[in-house]
Amino acid sequence: MDDDRPIFLQIAELIENSIIDGSLVEEAQVPSTNELAAFHRINPATAAKGVNQLVSEGTLYKRRGIGMFVAGGARARLRERRRERFTEQYVEPLLAEARKLGIGHDELMKMIDSFGAAVGRDLG
Amino acid sequence: MTTVVTAHGVTKRFGDVTALDDVSFALAEHTIYGLLGRNGAGKTTLMQILTGQAFASSGKVSVFDAPPVENPAVLSKVCFVRESQRYPHVYTVRHVFRTARRLFANWDDTFAHGLAADFQLPAGRLVRRLSRGMLSALGVTVGLAARAPLTFFDEPYLGLDPAARQLFYDRLLADYAEHPRTVVLSTHLIDEVSDLIERVLLIDRGRLLLDEDTDDLRGRAVAATGRAEAVDGFAAGRTELHRERLSGLVRSTILDGLGPHAKALAQELNVELEPLSLQQLVVRLTAPPTTTAPADREAAR
Repeated sequence: MDDDRPIFLQIAELIENSIIDGSLVEEAQVPSTNELAAFHRINPATAAKGVNQLVSEGTLYKRRGIGMFVAGGARARLRERRRERFTEQYVEPLLAEARKLGIGHDELMKMIDSFGAAVGRDLG
Repeated sequence: MTTVVTAHGVTKRFGDVTALDDVSFALAEHTIYGLLGRNGAGKTTLMQILTGQAFASSGKVSVFDAPPVENPAVLSKVCFVRESQRYPHVYTVRHVFRTARRLFANWDDTFAHGLAADFQLPAGRLVRRLSRGMLSALGVTVGLAARAPLTFFDEPYLGLDPAARQLFYDRLLADYAEHPRTVVLSTHLIDEVSDLIERVLLIDRGRLLLDEDTDDLRGRAVAATGRAEAVDGFAAGRTELHRERLSGLVRSTILDGLGPHAKALAQELNVELEPLSLQQLVVRLTAPPTTTAPADREAAR
């Protein structure tokens, strides 16, 4: 855990990422707070706080005595929420830096296309 | 949440030196605390008072709802691991474990011997023949295996190499998860424990400076770097803890630097913001006031 945001938010986001990229499918059991704490070397209470946030948001649900599971429809909802934040998180700083360096619209578009092609990750 | 310890207006004087000055706080059960502060700040004195090894000059201390001094019912639930721990001359590691078994109700002998093996601590070795690192490993082992509901570690790492310290942190977390208790970790290696401790108690010159959730302190202070006018513009109306300069560039450490509009303002002013780690924050909050700071000298020129 290494950025300035609270660790419980980072834990919540790590679990969200696993759901979005499909490594945690819906109805799958998520690691226990003790497992998360041991793996990330953080306080179990902090791990529990991150997990509980996802429960209160409806991303995870609790089965008493068994553990936490990914809720149905969680992936679609998370993707929708991340898309809403995409502009602010990625497009805005990109445009700010481009403007600072005098990179124009066409040049920027060309950069995105050719970089994507070069690393084999063009958006299609 | 159940309270394990309350300290109310605790003051400790040694002659005309005030080691603790009107300190009040509470410790909750099942929580890992970081007790931070510079050498001589009063950390050990505070732990001695909480474990009944010293009296407060004034103020009230209650541990498990009772005064701790000469109170066996309370002290059987308390473990204090300190570097200067003395053992009888003839004691081996095994003797220490045997004594600990009698002292601590929750003592786990299997766990203790497992830890000793992990730390490569020879059970038959005389304690006085242990190296400094091994003595620390012994203290850590006793502190963990005692499973005392209230456990204090006073700089447990002295002489432990980084691998052994990691082992300590990992075993502490794993055992704490299975057997929750209140742990107070007094340490200078703040970066190493900042993800472990749930709450921070910061003592400076006998006074309690911070009593806050660790997560709330993350990003509490930022280093703002940029051209002097820009940084001045950003720092205006905020609490500046420290300032450094390099030719036209200024780095200012600012408390509560990340308000809602701080990032936008920084971008507009072309000021780079960098969050301060807990360790850096503690350094800035407890650094002695310098009479000839480089910035002042430059300003005087």
